[in-house]
Amino acid sequence: MDGMHDLGGKQGFGRVLYSNRAQVFHAPWEQRVNAMYGLAVKLGLFNMDEYRHAIERMEPRHYLAASYYERTLTSLATLCVEKTLLSHDELEQRAQGRFPLALPSAAGRSNLAARQTFSPGQRVQVRTDLVPGHVRMPAYVRGKQGVVVGESPAYPFPDAHAHGVQAVDEPTYDVRFDALHLWPDSADAAFVHVGLFQSYLQAAPA
Amino acid sequence: MHSPSLPVSASLEQRTAAIEAALDARGFKPADFIAEQAQMIEQQWLPENGARLVAKAWSDSAFRQRLLSNGRAAVAELGLAMPPHHRHLVALENTPAVHNVICCTLCSCTAFTIIGLPPDWYKELEYRARVVRESRTLLKEMGLELAPETEIRVWDTTADTRYIVLPERPPHTSGWSEPQLAALVSRDGMIGVARL
Repeated sequence: MDGMHDLGGKQGFGRVLYSNRAQVFHAPWEQRVNAMYGLAVKLGLFNMDEYRHAIERMEPRHYLAASYYERTLTSLATLCVEKTLLSHDELEQRAQGRFPLALPSAAGRSNLAARQTFSPGQRVQVRTDLVPGHVRMPAYVRGKQGVVVGESPAYPFPDAHAHGVQAVDEPTYDVRFDALHLWPDSADAAFVHVGLFQSYLQAAPA
Repeated sequence: MHSPSLPVSASLEQRTAAIEAALDARGFKPADFIAEQAQMIEQQWLPENGARLVAKAWSDSAFRQRLLSNGRAAVAELGLAMPPHHRHLVALENTPAVHNVICCTLCSCTAFTIIGLPPDWYKELEYRARVVRESRTLLKEMGLELAPETEIRVWDTTADTRYIVLPERPPHTSGWSEPQLAALVSRDGMIGVARL
């Protein structure tokens, strides 16, 4: 989905509040939430793609205003409710207040039937698919051309795995893009590398 | 169902306690797992793991080659663990001409068992939005000014492949032992927002 989470290249953000002594957690509840989502994944209550997608499905204003671990908490609660492990009412009664959840999911999709294999050095083009469900193709590379620099082992296909859709695992390719091609005249010179599933790619036209 | 009688948002602490109590009521024992994970974070998932890896790569060129060709196998040689779903670890070698930096624009993915859980700024909107498009400007704001001729390579962690930056060995360290070298290597150096 073209969601609020898909931030790469968005403009208007200010300075990073950077410290080389930066912390991971800022309050005890944050580590508790982080562990509970890990527990749920370990128990097989949901998988990592479902977890990521439930964050992406947060109402955009909620997503932007929430801290990182509030997003974790919202995803955990949303999936527990959607999988009827808990009810929203029970959570709100226990919390003694409103407990906002993410919005419902759209449909997922399986692998592309006509997917191709690629080799290092090959020029590829990202397909221009518009996917309503989970997808791990950042919008900033949609339709763009780059060069394959690496290949991964096969992973579960996120577009299916987040939705309980049957699919086979596929490798990803690390594809090198020129930042000045992604954002013509509007980026710092750099190469940007993105790990892209086979189903997201096609050979670049000659 | 939503409860209309509860107009006020519960605090994050209340929401966390609510889900913990609900999971506990179903026999999932969240408190045990929370304690277990807190211990892993404090004692196992430390940037010192990655620092050992880097120091060994600086000291042993055959190991460096193995790390560059198969990161997961090299990590296992040192007795370090990665979660099963991190099926691939790619080490990105900095040189005088090339600087690598990692990010996750869609969420916050990192090789957390090797370089530690990501720091707060790595997960913030500013870093995720800007690092792919304004790499040189952003790194400079964060205290890393690169020479204009240095090529910047940004790596967006969009799949379950994990990345670690292999920083350049500082020139004044010839003859140093691996533990001495490891003490120089920071988490931020392995993310690529700092040079050593």
